[in-house]
Amino acid sequence: MENFEPVIVAFCCHYCAYTAADMAGSMRLHYPPNVKIIRVPCSGKVDAIHVMKSLEKGADGVCVAGCLDGDCHFKNGNVRAAHRVEYLKKLLDEIGIGGERVEMFAMSAGMGERFAQTATDFTEKIRKLGPNPAKVAHQAQRAAG
Amino acid sequence: MITAERKPMEELIRCVKPYRSILLAGCNECVTVCAAGGRKEVGVLASALKMHFMKAGQPLEVQEITLERQCDPEYVDQLVSNIDQVDAVLSMACGCGVQEVARRYPNKPVFPALNTKFMGASERQGVWAERCQGCGDCVLGYTGGVCPVARCSKQLFNGPCGGSSNGKCEIDPSVDCAWQLIWDRLKALGMTESYEENLPAKDWRPGGGGGPRRIIREDMVI
Repeated sequence: MENFEPVIVAFCCHYCAYTAADMAGSMRLHYPPNVKIIRVPCSGKVDAIHVMKSLEKGADGVCVAGCLDGDCHFKNGNVRAAHRVEYLKKLLDEIGIGGERVEMFAMSAGMGERFAQTATDFTEKIRKLGPNPAKVAHQAQRAAG
Repeated sequence: MITAERKPMEELIRCVKPYRSILLAGCNECVTVCAAGGRKEVGVLASALKMHFMKAGQPLEVQEITLERQCDPEYVDQLVSNIDQVDAVLSMACGCGVQEVARRYPNKPVFPALNTKFMGASERQGVWAERCQGCGDCVLGYTGGVCPVARCSKQLFNGPCGGSSNGKCEIDPSVDCAWQLIWDRLKALGMTESYEENLPAKDWRPGGGGGPRRIIREDMVI
């Protein structure tokens, strides 16, 4: 697994994390290209099914990035997202994939540096965890024929 | 609605372990509303099972389908095109739906993915509470629209017991005393004379005490 490059799916709220990612770009801050950003109108839009299907289709880690506590454009979408992520962590532990592959982050639109740092830290964390075990088994099975 | 909760993953994994392909069948009615067995929950559980068994080196094929209702034969018939392609069915409906699928497809093992809980109402987002036990002889008209069968821990019919304290039940401070609710509502409606009326000992036969129940509407039977 020396050459393992994790695939990270990041569901980013339009009003904060997505803009923070944009800000990181404007500030010429580097963050790993492993992070594939999906813009959502609010982190509360992200449902368990989006995260589960991401992992099933080969993501090694998924993060949901929403607004800071109390700053949600839609009042409490970020709180709902955080609850869903907690639920998913338990489910992923139960099925042996590991709840640590899913994480919730909070930031404001102006936090370009926070976005770049979070993306880097999460990518490194997933790199240490190794590839999504379901994906590894799937690839091994395909290779076997 | 009929409320339900997903069974622990460990139990579900044990159920489907002997099979190579399953049909995961959701229901678009009550269990969709209580977020236990609708289309979305079918998708999440299908992913979870596929990933678990893939990791275990024993890939599981999961067909996802969500019927309009699983408790009506007309809808359960729709599984006919899928049923021969799978080894077993994992139903995300309430117990009624699971039994209807089992009855319709006698040669196919059918397992419940949910634990069916009670007939309830939504108290707030994500919280459901029991409201009816289907006793077969409704008394809500005498009790201000609050059910003493489903909501009084002792199913008392003529006022509270000594365990009612500050409007709460002695079994749990988060449970309202049904008779406090009944009294408050009767008072607000100016119907306190209803409280004075003694309800006789309840006949539990219509509530299932006489064995499994059925309704026959002669005007509808074909």
